[in-house]
Amino acid sequence: MEQLVLQFFQWFWNLFGLWDALWAVVKPVWPLVWVIMKIVAILVPLMLSVAYLTFWERKIIGWMQVRIGPNRVGPWGLLQPIADGMKLFFKEVLVPTGANRGLFFVGPVMAIAPALAAWAVVPFFDGGALADIDAGLFYVLAMTSMGIYGVIIAGWASNSKYPFLGAMRASAQMVSYEIAMGMALVCVLMISNSLNLSDIVRAQGRGWFADQGAGFLSWNWIPLLPMFVVYFISGVAETNRAPFDVVEGESEIVAGHMVEFSGMAFAMFFLAEYANMILVATLTSVLFLGGWLSPVGFLPDGFHWLALKISFFLFLFLWFRATFPRYRYDQIMRLGWKVFVPLTLVWIVVIGTWMMSPWNIFK
Amino acid sequence: MDFKTALFYILSAILVIAALRVVTARNPVHAVLFLVLAFFNASGLWLLLQAEFLAIALIAVYVGSVMVLFLFVVMMLDINLERLRQGFWGNLWLGGPIAVLMVVEMVAVLSARSFGPEALPVPAAPAAGYSNTKALGTAIYTDYVYPFELASVILLVALIAAVVLNLRQRRDNKQLNPAEQIAIQRKDRVRIVSMPSEKE
Repeated sequence: MEQLVLQFFQWFWNLFGLWDALWAVVKPVWPLVWVIMKIVAILVPLMLSVAYLTFWERKIIGWMQVRIGPNRVGPWGLLQPIADGMKLFFKEVLVPTGANRGLFFVGPVMAIAPALAAWAVVPFFDGGALADIDAGLFYVLAMTSMGIYGVIIAGWASNSKYPFLGAMRASAQMVSYEIAMGMALVCVLMISNSLNLSDIVRAQGRGWFADQGAGFLSWNWIPLLPMFVVYFISGVAETNRAPFDVVEGESEIVAGHMVEFSGMAFAMFFLAEYANMILVATLTSVLFLGGWLSPVGFLPDGFHWLALKISFFLFLFLWFRATFPRYRYDQIMRLGWKVFVPLTLVWIVVIGTWMMSPWNIFK
Repeated sequence: MDFKTALFYILSAILVIAALRVVTARNPVHAVLFLVLAFFNASGLWLLLQAEFLAIALIAVYVGSVMVLFLFVVMMLDINLERLRQGFWGNLWLGGPIAVLMVVEMVAVLSARSFGPEALPVPAAPAAGYSNTKALGTAIYTDYVYPFELASVILLVALIAAVVLNLRQRRDNKQLNPAEQIAIQRKDRVRIVSMPSEKE
């Protein structure tokens, strides 16, 4: 890949006869330039996906509620997200008089930074991760647990009652579901014997069913079915999406931590929420549905399978939002602590016993 | 100075400044956030030492959970710094000597022949494919399994003690039982009365 890109640049700049002069300058910093190019290649499609995910969300919820959804801007309303983005970009960013000015702007940054940083270790195809590190799964867990600071800091710095209530709810809810999420991931790393996300995917490509050409039966979702469900639901709660969206519950606290934000500062929270949704969908696909692996033996593996799986989980996010009423706060806490945490603890023991028994299939 | 050394100095400088600001910041919430920054830079330093598991554990555990709860509590407290500072000069006669003693001890240990940077052997570069996480897991669950289990039990005791100390039943609390709510039947709530129609 690197050689191809270099050859392309050489061909392109040689059209103007500038290649040798340019390469003399760029060569010492080329590794850095190459990493930045890879980061751009991940983040630009991600931001475009976020924009069109909002459009898709409005369309799908519209259809589910027998409406049409956005259809005015461009053909079939396809330019709607661009118009929304432009509007947010040119809006004034208001700062409340009593707000803590510095932290008021740190809030949105702390929301979006971890949501983007976590993408560094996600493998898009075999060998297609920005940083193929050993502790990848743990890194993702650490980064997603940082996202909560955006909400808390924004809620506190706004110096207003509703945002503060939102921040309080967020800190309790997100910490609770992180525990269930982490415990579910312990099962995954037990049976794949690795924290490296690429290795976790490769481990799912091995097994009796994969040898018979029915790879989708070898993926982690069958032996870890309860963990698969727990992880995805915790992911929905972790991103503060409906039906767990009490953090911004419109009917009680207007929009929670985002009440006082406008323009691009608000857009940062919006981008972070949707980037986190895509991240949870991607991780669920990578950890439980075999990432880039093809479900059947006669079709080639590749990024398109991962994209298909991500789309499926994103559709589930939208479907949940259109279907379920919002949970009551005590119900959220009960589900997290009294249902998910015990379930994951029991399943860790079950998997451990299974692996020590003669019927161990995870090798 | 190579890139790693430069990075070390940048991270350490931010770490020291952040740690200083933790004790000098006027606003307690700012102090907690500076502590988070200090943890973050300490984790960066550990990454430079190739201890990636510990570095990420520091972020996941301390930054991701402990400091969030800390912040949660500090935000809700109405801390009056003037009142906190009132006892400063009164306690200085005790606090000052203890601080000096700690500095002397640290200098004594770190500059000693047995523990100085020269006294310790340079660690061998890890072989290719060496996994920090796996090495740590193997050490904890084989050689150090008893101390590890003992530490877990102590933590469990502390956990239960914290719950027990805070467990107070409130009489005016309207508690819900979700199982009861789900098991409710129509006949429990609605009574159908057959009434003959009345005429005036």
